[in-house]
This record gives sequence, C-alpha cells and structure tokens, in this order.
Amino acid sequence: MNRYPLWKYLIIAVSLLFGLLYTLPNFFGESPAIQISPLRASAQADAVLLQQIEQTLARHHLPFSGTLLEASGIKIRFADTDTQIKARDVLESEIGNDFIVALNLLPNSPEWMNRIGALPMYLGLDLRGGVHFMLQVDMDGALLKSLDRYSSDLRSTLREQRIPSAGIDRDGDQIVIKFRNTQTRDRAIAELSKTFVDLDLRTIDTADDFHLQVAIKPDVHKRMQTAALQQNITTLRNRVNELGVAEPIIQQAGTDRVIVQLPGVQDTAKAKDILGRTATLEIRMVDDESDIEAALRGQPPFGTELFTERGGGPLLVKKQVLLTGDRITDAQPGFDQDSQPAVHVTLDSNGARIFKQLTRQNVGKRMAILLVEKHLTEVVTAPVIREEIGGGRVQISGRMSSTEARDVALLLRAGALAAPMEIIEERTVGPSLGAENISRGFNSTLYGFLAVALFIAIYYMAFGAISVTALSVNLLLLIGLLSILQATLTLPGMAAIALTVGMAIDANVLINERIRDEIRNGISPQAAIHAGYERALGTILDSNITTLIAGIALFAFGSGPVKGFAVVLCLGILTSVFSATMVSRGMVNLLYGNRKLSRVPIGSVWKPKRSKR
Amino acid sequence: MDFFRFERDIPFMRWGKYSTILSLTIFILSIFFIATRGLNLGVDFTGGTVMEISYGQPTDLARTREVLAGMGMTDATVQNFGTSRDVLIRLPTKQEFTGGNLSEVVMDALRQDDETVEMRRVEFVGPQVGQELLENGALALLFVSLGIVIYLAIRFEWKFGIAGIVANLHDVVVILGFFAFFQWEFSLTVLAAVLAVLGYSVNESVVIFDRIRENFRKLRKASVAKVIDNAITMTMSRTVITHGSTQMVVISMLLFGGEVLYYFALALTIGILFGIYSSILVASPILVLLGVKREDLVKPERKPQEEALP
Repeated sequence: MNRYPLWKYLIIAVSLLFGLLYTLPNFFGESPAIQISPLRASAQADAVLLQQIEQTLARHHLPFSGTLLEASGIKIRFADTDTQIKARDVLESEIGNDFIVALNLLPNSPEWMNRIGALPMYLGLDLRGGVHFMLQVDMDGALLKSLDRYSSDLRSTLREQRIPSAGIDRDGDQIVIKFRNTQTRDRAIAELSKTFVDLDLRTIDTADDFHLQVAIKPDVHKRMQTAALQQNITTLRNRVNELGVAEPIIQQAGTDRVIVQLPGVQDTAKAKDILGRTATLEIRMVDDESDIEAALRGQPPFGTELFTERGGGPLLVKKQVLLTGDRITDAQPGFDQDSQPAVHVTLDSNGARIFKQLTRQNVGKRMAILLVEKHLTEVVTAPVIREEIGGGRVQISGRMSSTEARDVALLLRAGALAAPMEIIEERTVGPSLGAENISRGFNSTLYGFLAVALFIAIYYMAFGAISVTALSVNLLLLIGLLSILQATLTLPGMAAIALTVGMAIDANVLINERIRDEIRNGISPQAAIHAGYERALGTILDSNITTLIAGIALFAFGSGPVKGFAVVLCLGILTSVFSATMVSRGMVNLLYGNRKLSRVPIGSVWKPKRSKR
Repeated sequence: MDFFRFERDIPFMRWGKYSTILSLTIFILSIFFIATRGLNLGVDFTGGTVMEISYGQPTDLARTREVLAGMGMTDATVQNFGTSRDVLIRLPTKQEFTGGNLSEVVMDALRQDDETVEMRRVEFVGPQVGQELLENGALALLFVSLGIVIYLAIRFEWKFGIAGIVANLHDVVVILGFFAFFQWEFSLTVLAAVLAVLGYSVNESVVIFDRIRENFRKLRKASVAKVIDNAITMTMSRTVITHGSTQMVVISMLLFGGEVLYYFALALTIGILFGIYSSILVASPILVLLGVKREDLVKPERKPQEEALP
C-alpha cells in the first residue's frame, strides 16, 4: 500500500539532483573582476587586446587570477577589490578611449557549471548595491514639439501653393488654420491631404471665420510615442555605456516609462547627471529683421522665440527647427582656430545634406545652435554663416570651458532624446548596506529554519525528521529554481524564502496530524500512513492555491521589491507542494513501505479515553 | 509528544455570540484608528525622499537637523535607528529639486559638515508614482479578495467564500488598525506582508472548511454547530503547530532582518495571531449566520444511494 513505482522515485531523484546542481553555484561566492567591452564598433575585444591588457597589468605589478575572453568582451578576475580598482584606473587611462572598463563581480563556480547554465542567483540592487531609476518620458512635450514642426511645415506648404490663410495657431493638441472663405479652405484641404497623410483634417465654421482643425491621427500619434520611447531607450543605453557599468538593465516599463538599473554604481551624482540630462541639439535661424524691442516687452513676433545667447545678449530665434540632434553621428571636444574650447560635430549623410542646403541658402545670416535641456533652452552660439558648409562637419564654439565642451560632446555623442525625461523614482543602496542585507536575509532564514526543524523533529520524532528533510529539499529546490530562472533575488525575496520555510511546514503538519488522527481511530500503522497522506492532499492543495492566488496578484500589481517577494512566494508554493507530498511520501515509502510496522514512529500519540465521540 | 488532548469537542459555536461582539469591537476600533489617526504612509506611497546615512562615530541628531535647517529644510524629520551612528532622514517632495537631485544636495551639505558621513540608502519616489503604487496596492487587495471568494465558492460553496473573505479582511483591517494606532510606517513591503497574510490566513479557514465538509458527510446525525465544533477541535493541533512554526520564522526575521524587514515581520505577526482567531471565531460563526446546511456541500442526488447502504 505504501509503495511507489520506480518512476516516482526517479522523478524525485532527478529533481533532487537538479536542485543540488543548480543550488551549488550560490556557495562559491564571487570575486572582483573588470569587464572590458568595446565602446565603438571599430574597436574589438580580441586576443590581441587581451595580450595588451595582460602586459599592462604586469607592467604595473597588478596580479590577476584569471582572464576570460568572450564574444561580448574580456573579463579579468582579481583576488581583492583594491587590486581591482587600481587595475581599473590603469586600464581606464590606457584603453579607456575605445573601451568601457567596468567593475564587475564574477561567480567563482567552476567553468563546467557556468557552461551548463548553473549560475548563482541574480542579486537585486538592494543586495549588491547600486542605483535604480525610473524615468518618465514627457510625451506631451514630444507631442508639442512635433506639432510645432508640423505647423511650420503646413505654413510653408500653404505658402508654396499660394493658398492664403489668416493664421496658423496651435490650440491644445491640435493646430487651427484660419481661412477667409471656403474656397481657399477647400483648396487647402485638397493640397494638404495629399502631402500630410499623417494628419486628420476637420472643418469648423465660426461666425466670421472658416477654420481647419488639424490633428495628428491617433495611430500615428501612438507610433510616434513608441518611436520616441525606443529612441530614448537607445540613447540611455549609449549614455550608460559612457558611464562604464557592467550589466546595466535598461528596459521599458509601461507605455511611457523606462527603468534603468545600474548595479554597483557608487557615484550616483554623476550617474544621475548624465542620465537626467535631456540635452538635445537644435539648429534654427536667428530672426534679425523683426523687432526685438517688442519681444523684450513680452510680445515676441509671430513664429519666433526670445532667447539669451550664452555670454551674450538677447536674440530672436525662429520657431522652425531645421536640424535636430538625432542627425549627429559623433561629437568630440576640441579647440577652434582661436584655441577656444569647441565641440566638433559630425552629421550623418542626411543631416549633412540638410546642413549644406541651409548654409547655402542663408549665407550672411545668423544661425542659432540651441542646447535644449529639460524646459531650459539655451543658445550656445549664434554664428554668422559665411559660406556653404558641406561634408557634415560642424564646429560649435561659443564661450564654453573645456569641461563644458567635454560634457556637451558626451551628451551629443550619446545621442539625443526624442522626448524629455524626468527621474520619478530612485532607489539607491550603498554597497555596505547591500552586503548587510544579504546577511540579514540569510540569518533570518537560517535561524528560522533551525528553530522550526528542531521543534518539528522533537514533536513528530521520525516522521518529524522526514518532514524536516522534505523542508530542506523544498529549500534546495526553491533556490535551484531561482538560480535556473535567474530571477532577481531581493531582500523581500529572501524574506519570502524564510516565509516559505514557515509556510511549507504546514503541509507536513497537516499530513502528520492526519496520520495521528487515523492512529487515534485505531487503524493499522500502514493504513494510517496511507490514509493520512491521501486525506491531507486535498486540504494541502486547497490552502496552497489560495496562497498562490495572493502571490499572483502581488506579482501582477506589485512593483520592484514586492514583485521579488511575489516571485519567490509563488515558486515556494510550487516546490513546497511537491516536496511535502512527493518527496516526504517517497521517503516514508522507502523507509517503512516494505516492512511490517507495529507502530508509526510519529511521536507519542495521545488517545481520548472514550473511543467514540 | 502531543500537546492537544481534548476529551470532547470545544463548544466554539456556543461562544459565537461573545466572539462576534469581540470581533466587532476590535474591527470597529481598528476602523476608528484608521479613520482618526490614519496610516503613517511611507515614502513609497506619499512620494518624497528617504535617506539612510551612517556617521563614522556616534552623532548628535541636532547637528544633522541644523545642517538641514540651514538649507531651508525645516520640514525634514531626522531620527536614529539601529545604532546612534545611523540616521534616517525623511524629506517631503520639493518643487525646486526635480529628478531626485535633492538627495545629492543634502549629501553634499552633510559631507561638508562631517566628512565621515556615508550614504547607505536613498529612496526617492515622485508623487505620481506614490499615487500609483497606492492604487495598485488597493487593486491587488481587491483582486486577491475576489480570487479567494471565487475559489472558495467553486471549491465549497458561496457561503464559505463570504465567510472566508470576511474573516480575512478582518485580519487585514486589524493589521491596518495596529499600524494606524502605533503610527508604524506603512511601506510597500508592509503591503506585501498584508497581502501575504490574506493568502496565508485563508489557509486556516480552508483547512477548517475542509474538515467541516468531511464531517457533514461523516457525522450524519450531528447538528451544524456540532459539526463545526468538531472540525475546529480536530484541526486545533495543526493550527497551533503550523502557526507556531511560521511565527518562529517570523520572529527570526524580527530579530535578524534589520529595519527593512522589521515592520514586514511585525505585520505578519499580527496577521498570524489574528488569523488563528478569525478563522475559528469569525469565519465559522459567519457560516452559521449565513445558514450553512449539510445539503450545501453533500450533494442531494447522492443521498438516496447512501441511505440505501446498511
């Protein structure tokens, strides 16, 4: 009656083996390492570079304990953090121009384990230290920007087709074009619907005006938003690469948010500065003809904006944007002819063509180069165009220090953001607290487990010992599973592991109590064991499914730390059902199934004096 | 070893009247404290900045406050936690420091005052995020409650679903009541604990419900109250041992878990203790109140067959 077929034992044995194999890497610890990966496509992390690095390190008497050449880059292992940091500084100055030199931790587990994917659990930021940012993309800002671009395009199209209009204005999220009569409006509709397929045109008549309402089509709007988010993510990735972080996480969250996680980053101020800055470059024309006096009084002429030039006076700049930062392929700090700090910008072919055209058409006029940084727009410089500039090489110089030149170059090189972004959540954990959190989580689990194990073993004797073994198997399987899935372990996650220990014992207690019940009812030992397991099963499933419902809801609605908790809770429920039913039953069957039992070794069972209630 | 030696069933249902009064009193008190004192919502929900810093030597909080006041941040709360070297600073959201720059500014000022100061942890949550987290938390609570009611209604019967969820929401309200009364900080991790309690303490009700169903089939002559009394008595030993074991782990968390897990463990402790109480003395009386019958669980069409048996 209490016997398992061989295949059940095999399932248990195989899952145990897997659990053990994938749990093991967690016990080897990690050692400090440096990760070197190419910054540009032109640079390559290959055997030649590895040799160069090895020689450099040897020259500076910096011992390393191993090197690893991978497709993504080179990893060098060190014995201690001191050497690691020294080596980073040395390598940074040597090859830092072409490569990202980042601090990292490498698991110490043997190579063959890594090869079969047996890696330690992925530690969350609260355990390893680092920064977590959530950035919100200002989609409204992006919309306004594109509306402004559209209204200038509309204006020039109408002008080219000689269709008179009585004004183009932006009203909320649409553009309103006024016409004197319906004929011109009809002409305009016919013309505009040909060129602007992305726009919705609607006629509205008021008392004395004929309006044409122009809005961006909803699906186009959505596409623009997706594109803006994607571009921002790409930009952030480039910027993070400039920071030199190993294993950064940059991912989309919802429709307009980005999560950035930088493990091990300690200089949070710098990280925030680089990420938080939303510089984009815009090239527009300066309006020298209009009345600047009126603008200073607060009424800038139509289609222009008032700005102050860096280190100079106020000037009027046309709203129409001729060229934006996304055409930039490279930007390097340097000096101009007068040895003043400058930024040398290289444009892509399209940008170069536009730039050539605009400089040809505007010789003798002034062009403004604007740096747009989150609600703050600054005219860096407004040089007079002396001649046509071809080749896509632009030099920006204008009263900046060499540090500023370097920062501007970095921001421009790292790419422009399609829409402004703002940090709306930050969680930073210092490295010392991270290490402390690991020991806190570990100790909570360890002492909790020991207390429960001791109590259960004493209370239920042999069956208690089996329960404790099942509980250990549960823990083993849970950690193995977390390692296989490479789920992120956080401090609440460790709390969930501890809690799983406390909750998983429930199934064992249910079984043991049931067996005792059956013994009280006077059934034979083997039958009592059998009935106990069978009857407890339904209850175990019921109670665990309700907890699973809670876990899934937590996962669905939770964020950050709560999600980590939910993942472990859900997995813990699965492993605990398995270990309490299959594993402990298997052990009982193996130990007691094949022989005659005079009594069940489940501690002394008290029986009521009256046999029936 | 066997702690639980009941000669006969404990007449829980006879205490139903008193226990309902007691539960109602606790429940109303909890609501009262939540309403009057409100929850001390953490930065996760209100938005703002929390900084955990550590000095090289024991420090005087007045000095930290002075530095902050010097920057015009008189509305900051500064307190010790753990040792006298560790300081926790809470700052409300400030308009002029967007994008989480506030912590850097404060850190710079503190470093100028005392070089040994070390940044341990910073949490900045924008007001819109806080609002969302709160909404998501409420949604999760709703979803879990509904999920449990539906599951229990399918697995047992709708009366059991109602009884189960009332008992569990009772636990949740009591936890919230405690947090309101003592003004303990209610953070995202505490919310996780509350939801875990919701899932966990429903276990308790499920185990008892399972027994009630079994007893309805087995003890064919017994009255409903007697069936329930017997079910609770029979599961008593499991109840106490399971919860005792879970509580051991939670105590371990209280002792070793540090300040992040402290309130988490505290919420669990209240949840576990009241979970035992509520599944025995809240869920079951409600079942009786809702008029649970043998026919609710034991299908009538099977009856003639069973009666035909000798």
